[in-house]
Formats: sequence, C-alpha cells, structure tokens
Amino acid sequence: MNLLTSFIAVLILTLAALGFAYSTGLTYLLTVVIPYAAFAVFMVGFVFRVVQWAKAPVPFRIPSTCGQEKSLPWIRTNPLDNPSCLWGVIGRMALEILLFRSLFRNTRVEILQKRPVYDSAKWLWFFGLLFHWSLLIIVLRHLRFFIEPIAGWINSLSALDGFFEIGIPTLYLSDAAILAGLSFLLLRRLISSRLRYISLFTDYFSLLLILGVVGTGLLMRHFFPADLLQVKNMALGWVTFSPVVPKEVGMLFYMHLCFVFTLMVFFPMSKLMHMGGVFLSPTRNLANDNRMKRHINPWNAPVKVHTYEEYEDEFREKMKLAGLPLDKE
Amino acid sequence: MSFAKIPKPDELIAVRYEPPETPWMDTPTVFRPGTWSYTGTAKSLTALELPNPRSWQPTDEDWKLPENWKEIILKGMKERLEKYRSFRLFMDICVRCGACADKCHFYIGSGDPKNMPVVRAELLRSVYRRYFTQSGKLFGSLAGARDLTVDVLKEWFYYFYQCTECRRCSVFCPYGIDQAEITMMGRELLNLVGCNINWVTEPMANCFRTGNHLGIQPGGVKDMLEFLAEDVGDRTGVHVEVPLNKKGAEILFVIPSGDYFADPGTYTCMGYMALFHEIGLDYTFSTYASEGGNFGLFTSHEMIKRLNAKIYAEAKRLGVKWILGGECGHMWRVLNQYMETMNGPADFLEVPVSPITGTRFENARSTKMVHISEFTADLIRNGKLKLDPSRNDHLRVTFHDSCNPSRAMGLFEEPRYIINHVCNHFHEMAEDTIRENTFCCGGGAGLGNDENMEMRMRGGMPRAMAVQAVREKYGVNRLTCMCAIDRAVLTSLMEYWVPGVLVTGVHELVANALVMTGEKERTTDLRGDPLEGKTADETL
Repeated sequence: MNLLTSFIAVLILTLAALGFAYSTGLTYLLTVVIPYAAFAVFMVGFVFRVVQWAKAPVPFRIPSTCGQEKSLPWIRTNPLDNPSCLWGVIGRMALEILLFRSLFRNTRVEILQKRPVYDSAKWLWFFGLLFHWSLLIIVLRHLRFFIEPIAGWINSLSALDGFFEIGIPTLYLSDAAILAGLSFLLLRRLISSRLRYISLFTDYFSLLLILGVVGTGLLMRHFFPADLLQVKNMALGWVTFSPVVPKEVGMLFYMHLCFVFTLMVFFPMSKLMHMGGVFLSPTRNLANDNRMKRHINPWNAPVKVHTYEEYEDEFREKMKLAGLPLDKE
Repeated sequence: MSFAKIPKPDELIAVRYEPPETPWMDTPTVFRPGTWSYTGTAKSLTALELPNPRSWQPTDEDWKLPENWKEIILKGMKERLEKYRSFRLFMDICVRCGACADKCHFYIGSGDPKNMPVVRAELLRSVYRRYFTQSGKLFGSLAGARDLTVDVLKEWFYYFYQCTECRRCSVFCPYGIDQAEITMMGRELLNLVGCNINWVTEPMANCFRTGNHLGIQPGGVKDMLEFLAEDVGDRTGVHVEVPLNKKGAEILFVIPSGDYFADPGTYTCMGYMALFHEIGLDYTFSTYASEGGNFGLFTSHEMIKRLNAKIYAEAKRLGVKWILGGECGHMWRVLNQYMETMNGPADFLEVPVSPITGTRFENARSTKMVHISEFTADLIRNGKLKLDPSRNDHLRVTFHDSCNPSRAMGLFEEPRYIINHVCNHFHEMAEDTIRENTFCCGGGAGLGNDENMEMRMRGGMPRAMAVQAVREKYGVNRLTCMCAIDRAVLTSLMEYWVPGVLVTGVHELVANALVMTGEKERTTDLRGDPLEGKTADETL
C-alpha cells in the first residue's frame, strides 16, 4: 500500500514535469522561480530542524559504550568504541559518519536446530556506504555547472570517477555505484517481509525519488544528451541571480529538475534529515567520562527525597533496639 | 519456580520471524497471560505520591484513566521533547533500515514484530508525528501518523513493559537510536496517568521509605548481614565483622539488596565480607543506603533522582572519603551516567584511592564511586591477595556481561581479569552474545516477576542458548554475572532452558579462592558444596 502510494506520487511528479515542459509559463516557473523557492525551503528547513534539535538540552551523558572503558591504567581501553576524551569522540563520530561503524556490526539471526545462530550480514552496510558515498561524489561533480571556470578539484574528481573510461561519454563509477546501492536498498524493502512490514510511505518515496533523479540524469548523459551549454547557462544564471529560461534542453531535463526540487523540499520534513541528526546523537557524540567530569543538566530541579532524619525518626526505636548508632538519641 | 503454565522449551524455541499480513497499526494488542506484569498497587503509588492510584489490571476493559488523560500525555510529550534532545532526535531521524530488528532478545524469543526496536519506537513516533510535526498533521497516516487513543495507550503499556532497556539495539543503530531512551520516555508518559507495574512501584515505595527494595527495616538489615557473616565464619573458620552505619569509616559500601536477601546473591555478599576482612578494609554498610539498585530508572528521571539522593547524602553524613559499589547492573548505569549529574557535585568526598594498593582511581575522580570489580582487579594486579584458584576446580565457569555495565560503562576486562585469577576453568560464550553484544537475562527493567514468566523465558532464550552451547562443549556448570537482577532471573532461566547450571557472582568465586589469614582447612566453597577431591566437613 505504502509502496503503491509512493509510486503514484512519483508518477504524478513525472506528469507534472511533462506539463512544465509544454507550457512556456510553467517552464519559466520551473527554471526561474521554483529553483530559488526549493533552495530556500531546503536551507531554511534544514537549519530549522537542526536548530530545533540543538535547542533541546542534553540533560544526561548517555553514550552507548561498545568497548572497554578507561579505568585502570594497565587495562587496554577501546578509545574509538568507548571514547573517554574529545579526540576519541571525534574518531568515533568520524568512523560512524564516514564508514558507518555501527552498521558494520550488523548480524542476522536464524533459529537453526533449536538454537539462534548469528550470521554476519554486511550487505546493508556495503550498499548503504556505496550509495551515500556515490551520492556525495555526484553532488560534488554537479558543482561544475555552477562554477566558471570549473575548479580544478572538481575536474580531478570527475576524472578519477571516470577513471576506467568505459564508453563515450565515460561512465562514472559513482553513477554505477549509486544505481547498485539504490537498487539494493529498494529491493530489500520489497523482498524482505520484515522490511515491508516496517516501511512507511516516506521510505519508498525517498528511494523512488532519488532513483528518479539518478535515472533521468543517467539517461541524459548516456542516451538522450541535453544541451550542456544551455544547462550550464541556466545554472550560472541561478547563482548570479540573473536566471534565464533554457531552450530545448529536452523532456528528461525537466523531469530531472522536477525530481531534484521535490527532493529538496521533501528533505527537511522527512527522515532524510538523518544527515544532520547523526551528528547530534547523544549515544554517540559524548565521551564516556561520566565519572571523571560532572555533566551538568541545565534543568536539574529539586525533587522530593526521603532524608536520613526522616528515616531515623521513623525507625529510631528499632535502630536503638538493634544497637545501631543514632544521630539523635 | 513454576513453569507449569508456560509451554515447554521445545515449543517455545519454535519461533517464526514471518510478520503477519495485517500492518502493525491495525493489529490489536492482546494481553496474553504470561506476557505481562501486574499493575502498580494504589498503596505503592500513594506512598510515592504518583498520579492516579487505583485498582486495575491491563485485561480490564476500563483502565480508569483520568478524564483528561490524552491532554496529560500530549502535554507530557511536549515537555519531554523540549527537555531531552535524545527524545526529539530519536523521534525524527530513524530511517527504518531494520538493522535493530533482530537484535532485540524479545523479538528473537517471541517473533512478535512489535518487539522489533524499530516498531516499538514507531508506537510512540506515530503519535509524535500526528501531534508534533507538520507533515503528520497534514498527511496523517501517509506520513506514518496516528491518533492517540486508549488502544494506543494499551499497546504502549504492553510493549514498553516488554522492553528491558538493555540498549543492545543502540549498539547496532547507525544513528545510535537507543530504544532504552524511548522506552524510558514511554514509561514516563504512562506513569503520568498512573499506568505502571507493581514489580517496579512496590520496590520503589519500599526503597523510598526503608532504603531498600524489599522493605527491610534497619534491624533486619543488620540481622541478615550478621547471619551472612556467621556463614562466612562457618565456611572459612574466620570471624568477620559487619560494620554498619559506622561514622568515620573510610569507605561507604553500597550493594543491591538482593545480595543480602536471597540466594544466590547472598554468597556474593559473603564474598565481599570475606575479601574486605582479609585486606582489612575500613568500610561500612548502611541501613539508610541499603540499596544501590534504583527502579526509578524504569519509571522516570525524577524517580531516579529521588531514590538515588540517599547515596551521596549518606556518604556525607557518615563522613566517608569515597564510595564503593557492589555487583549490580542497572544500579551501575545510574551511578555511572546519572548520579553525579542529578545529586552531585560530590565535592565533599575525596578522589578514591585504594588504601591497600595506593592506586588512585582517576576514572572515578569526580563521581568518587568505584566499581568493586575495578577495586578487586587492582588488588590482584598488585599481588595483595593470596589466591588458590584450584578451590574453584569443581566449577566450570562462564561469564554473562550484564547489559548496563556493558553498554553504559564498558566494564569488560575487570571481571574477566578477576575470574581468570580465581578460576582454572573459564570458558567464554560466543562472541555475538558477550561484551557489547551481550544478551539480556530477560527480566531487567522490572520485568523479572513470576506472572511475566513466559515472556522472561522467551526474552532470556538467546542468553540461555549461548550458555547451553558452552555447557555442551566444555561442561559449564556455573554462570557468573555481576548483577543482582541477573542472579535472580538467570536462576529460573537456567532452570528452564539449561538445567544443571547455577548462577554465581564474581566475588563468590573470589572468596572461594581467597586464602584467608587464620582460616581452617577449606573443604567446601562458600555454599557449603564440597571442593574437588575433598569431602565436606560433616559438622556443618
């Protein structure tokens, strides 16, 4: 059901793109007005969400410790899975964000011969990493449309990405990788009954939408080339605040744009915000130095406690009888 | 312990992981006997001044909620979203990748899809989206949102009291989403309308008044400890003192009350006493702080603070230099991650220094509270103990990492170092089931009661099966752990799944091996069981 709705939603977007292409007025809207609107929504939305999280205090220091603590000097600690200082935290976060450390631990359980068996299950980690890294490279490569002259590092990145020079124009490795990654992420949601059970509309929609962006992009690069000069003019127009409506860039290009803008608007209000959120996770970004340094809770309020005086008042006679020392005789 | 009402192990292990056809939002919650806990009594709620004390059970149609219950819950949610970054973040960033799904012992043992941490969290998230996000307000179920109804509240109760806050899922989550944190929030909300379980509220009420979960009054604590001291004398021939409420002692020693109340915890307590006597430690127990455990952790942050306050207060009153803590799991999560923030600063104490070895416990320099396994490992390392590990030769030992010291501290090597020095036969369980990957006993977070027995046996199954594997391979007959709840809960778990394996604390093994000054010839261990190659002294 959620899958079907997401599919329909993406179809509607495709049809919308067709509409944009056939009406001059709408083309203007898509290439001149919406880009700014979508970018604004993305930026404002993203910042709003991060600020909303950041504004909420972290009352307690609650890292999940996944390795030996720092205690006695002769016991070897695990500073990356259980950091006790800032450098350890930085290392832990870098591993988490750049290499998906926690996902690397993934296992799969099965009951075999009346006993649970835990198999290593690294595919999600592998394809997840493949997808995210190639997405980053693709986004960075796209900067060549927005910068003139093209910065050297972008060219180097593109050259490296097309290192194997397969086909003309060269197939980018990141393009192949992102397709593989996305296909895996989508297929596992479709095939595994457990994943189907937990998947919401937004889970399918995000994947289909990104698949739409990637698909139209690839089609344009390899099969139905768009006029890159027009595209670049348009992109430079955006960044120099003198937007122009491109001519004859083709149907696919409008679809590509339509998907990208939808993604930008959808991003801040969706689970895709995990991109910003992962940095703020209190179980990961705090050092396990709880007993070394007091953590301050900004709203730490007094509570009703049972004092020793009250305790002794209630049990004085009994304590006396038991020969226990008393504060007040 | 009666297992009469629950299926046989062979039936219980036949778990299927195929989710049902109906989506979880449309699957009603069934309160099946053996899978839920009795509710908190009016008496205990009143004693703690908790809201809505009344007599009810979850199987009742009418839960006697306050008229404005919905308003109370939503207001409570709003307040907590503003007070805890963890809560808001964990509500927002889950991508439902499913990595946590089969990491939960309750899911592994029951196959109930709502026990996948991701779905347990969605129970709350769906309501969060409906009332606190624009997309949820606008798009409703399309955005994964749903209305808060009485049925939803009942579902929360069933599943938030079917989570032991063990944090295993948080180890595997790529964003560190911690179901324990979500369960804690869920339980706080439920408590606002008086929905809680008696195995949590009654110990809390007792603890608040008498200082310990079992409601033992000062004289009782004294009697029990002295009784254990006599037992130490009987087994070892060495008379040990029980310092109690002693002002001016160097160290306040805080333990879970299970350690002096019931077997097999009592043997651990005897272990502490024998050890402290042998090294001549200047310490004291306290009747006021006669409980390190803190069931506030299973209720609300406010309750944690209310119950924890006595520890620093007592340390201050007695004028000790620092605090030593016994073997307990959730107690140590509170001591390590909450105590000083809540009830500190501990500036009236000194940085802990072992009076025997001179070691300064730098890692506890601010909180001033040291875990006994850190303390004892240091003693052994410095050669301060005379140990005869062959006295544990009748035992084939494995070690269960308790959830909280593992995933909220990282206390892995200290106990292993100790065990390796006091035992000759120590065998680890499978890698996927120890250290940070350790499995819960199935009865933490207040779920270790008898009416919940089927769910306990299901949740404890992964742990039990790992024990069974080492039993078959190495003949393991002792499961060591550093947690009072473990010692109680694992005992029934072993009885059900792996008969023949008994449960033991680390310091029981220490005292078995400890060669004491002036001791008689040891023919038995602390339990009075004959040592290998010796016959028990018949006069005992």
